[in-house]
Amino acid sequence: MLEVTELACLRGDRMLFADVALTVRPGELVRIAGPNGVGKTSLLRLLCGLAMPEHGQVSWKGARIDRAREAFHRDTLYLGHAAALNDLLSPLENLRFAAACHGLSADVGQSELALERIGLGPQRDLPAKVLSQGQRRRVGLARLYLSENVPLWILDEPFTALDVTAVRDLAEWLDAHCARGGMVVMTTHQDVPFATPMRTVDLAESAC
Amino acid sequence: MLSVFLEVLRRDLLLAWRNRADVLVTLAFFTIVACLFPFGVGAEPNLLRTIAPGVLWVAALLATLLSLHRVFSQDHTDGVLEQLLLSPEPPVLWVLAKVLAHWLTTAVPLVIAAPALALLFDMTQSATVVLILSLLLGTPILSLLGGVGAALTLGLRGGGMLLALLVLPLFVPILIFGAGAVDAYLSGTGASAHLMLLGGGSLAALALAPWACAAALRIAVE
Repeated sequence: MLEVTELACLRGDRMLFADVALTVRPGELVRIAGPNGVGKTSLLRLLCGLAMPEHGQVSWKGARIDRAREAFHRDTLYLGHAAALNDLLSPLENLRFAAACHGLSADVGQSELALERIGLGPQRDLPAKVLSQGQRRRVGLARLYLSENVPLWILDEPFTALDVTAVRDLAEWLDAHCARGGMVVMTTHQDVPFATPMRTVDLAESAC
Repeated sequence: MLSVFLEVLRRDLLLAWRNRADVLVTLAFFTIVACLFPFGVGAEPNLLRTIAPGVLWVAALLATLLSLHRVFSQDHTDGVLEQLLLSPEPPVLWVLAKVLAHWLTTAVPLVIAAPALALLFDMTQSATVVLILSLLLGTPILSLLGGVGAALTLGLRGGGMLLALLVLPLFVPILIFGAGAVDAYLSGTGASAHLMLLGGGSLAALALAPWACAAALRIAVE
């Protein structure tokens, strides 16, 4: 369970939001909504521990995430704006590196399967620099197919640059994750048809 | 736990291989800087022999400085650094792997090229051996301290210039003991004191710099 209490975020000398409270329980799909610039990405970065909150705290399974960082990061997957790809490595190499860094067991076969499921089977050995924007996005998303046992997924605009079929497949995979008892916290501006009832948190209400 | 270290090391070495031009540019820079001095100070053999250790050390120092931005900047732009910071393993491990990869791809080629340049300055064989030893023991400090500097200036406008201002003063003691080792050997006092200081400095940097580097990286992505 992810618990957020009285969270406040300072960007430069401007307070983005304050008093954000949020609880995510197993099986829940939470969407952070709000207009551009309201601090959705900043909130996600606070949730995954990449940034420190100005006030308030984030707890995972009852422990503050800055005090139990390693256990928390073992249970978390964060996909940000940047695709986290190196242009000189192939999608397969990028994916295997990302998986290994997070302690996921991913042999060549599993990684190839993940790339096939995300629709990058034929491109798996090309250098990442020749991939299109949508394909680059997919390499990052392929990690979701290796992270079934990682309970908390924090996704920043996962549907950007994806085509209609890919959006549908990804939505199904997120549903499946919630059905397994996983948790998804994400931002998106698209209307995506989820089977799981989606809880929307409007960040504009907490904006300063 | 070791797997993160090995994965990052393997990846960075693979990237250096795919991007070998970068490695060669550093090596070429080292060679050219060292070759400029005889043109500037004249080709008097005794003079060249005297200045050789200092010149080669300064050239190695500048070549290292030139290559430092490579350690973290690409991963910072790509977002790989964020993912590494989210790894459940301690950041010190992969920081150390990245610095080691930098040392292997920058300092080791310089050490290999140094004997050829020593020949150019008419250094004796035994003095060259001392120079190589001093470079081998001293360059890890350059990579480790340089890594901290690179992490601190990551993503800053004009970071390259700031990096030089930040790191070059810290390199002065290494230069003194590195070049001094050869002078001490030639003057007959023996180079062991200098070499031991360099080795000790390397160990101290190894023990402290990765932690400072990891902390600086955490601030850089925030």
